[in-house]
Amino acid sequence: MIIGLAHYLSLAAILFTIGVAGIILNHKNIIIILMSVEVILLSVNINLVAFSTFAGDLTGQVFALLILTVAAAEAAIGLAILVAYYRNRGSIAVEDIHALKG
Amino acid sequence: MWAQAFFFWIFAAMLVGSALAVILARNPVHSVLFLILAFVSASGLFVLMGAEFLAMMLIVVYVGAVAVLFLFVVMLLDVDFAQLKQGFVQYLPIGGLIALCVGAELWFVTSNWVRAPNAAAAASPSGTLANTRALGLVIYTRYVYFFEAAGLILLTAMVGAIVLTLRHKVGVKRQSIEAQVARTPATAVEIRKVASRAGI
Repeated sequence: MIIGLAHYLSLAAILFTIGVAGIILNHKNIIIILMSVEVILLSVNINLVAFSTFAGDLTGQVFALLILTVAAAEAAIGLAILVAYYRNRGSIAVEDIHALKG
Repeated sequence: MWAQAFFFWIFAAMLVGSALAVILARNPVHSVLFLILAFVSASGLFVLMGAEFLAMMLIVVYVGAVAVLFLFVVMLLDVDFAQLKQGFVQYLPIGGLIALCVGAELWFVTSNWVRAPNAAAAASPSGTLANTRALGLVIYTRYVYFFEAAGLILLTAMVGAIVLTLRHKVGVKRQSIEAQVARTPATAVEIRKVASRAGI
């Protein structure tokens, strides 16, 4: 059985769906939400690398590298905000956070 | 060829299973560990696709930095995670429905697409180069501005994370270098005439 582009695209689609479901199911726990976002970004990376490989074009891998960078920055900033919020309020429940207004 | 298919199915099954475990685990520490397993499986898939450099980056950046950051934060925050898990079953129908819709749309997209016949490859790797070398030849020439922008994003994230989490505790004695440098004998030393057998 030859593994083709369709296999990788289906795998990425399944992974994306799992990430979306994770955001909705764990809507109270912001740490799991951040992890679900990481899973979604991983599925996007798999898509880009699969297209890059099967189209013979390195641009997809360059973009995957940039997404990796942005995902790392997003995780660092998100967790820093989380720690700062926990210090001030002593809780990280999402329904408390939605009362924040500018 | 059979080996490629064999390893694809192994890594794909591990990836999907660990991603499911990330969102279903009761303990967030287990979620982080399954996230690490998901990243390792994905890097195995990247190796299968011939993107060795990205596979190594995934291991180094994600498993080495991001996942450990998550682990630190999960263990740092003293939160009752069982209470945060409430409402999981209540939201299962709507979550499953939305996931089903998204999955159906993605299935539709992935099964119905064609490559434009006149689409030209922007950066084709030549066959003899290794993946890392080919990527370097592209990223430092053609995409150098994107590369610089990525560096700026990382710098912003670093500064932002430090500014957000740094705090000066009151009551902690810190070294004041300017006060130390500004010290002179006139301000620091006092010479007194001490009377014999009298003391100061």
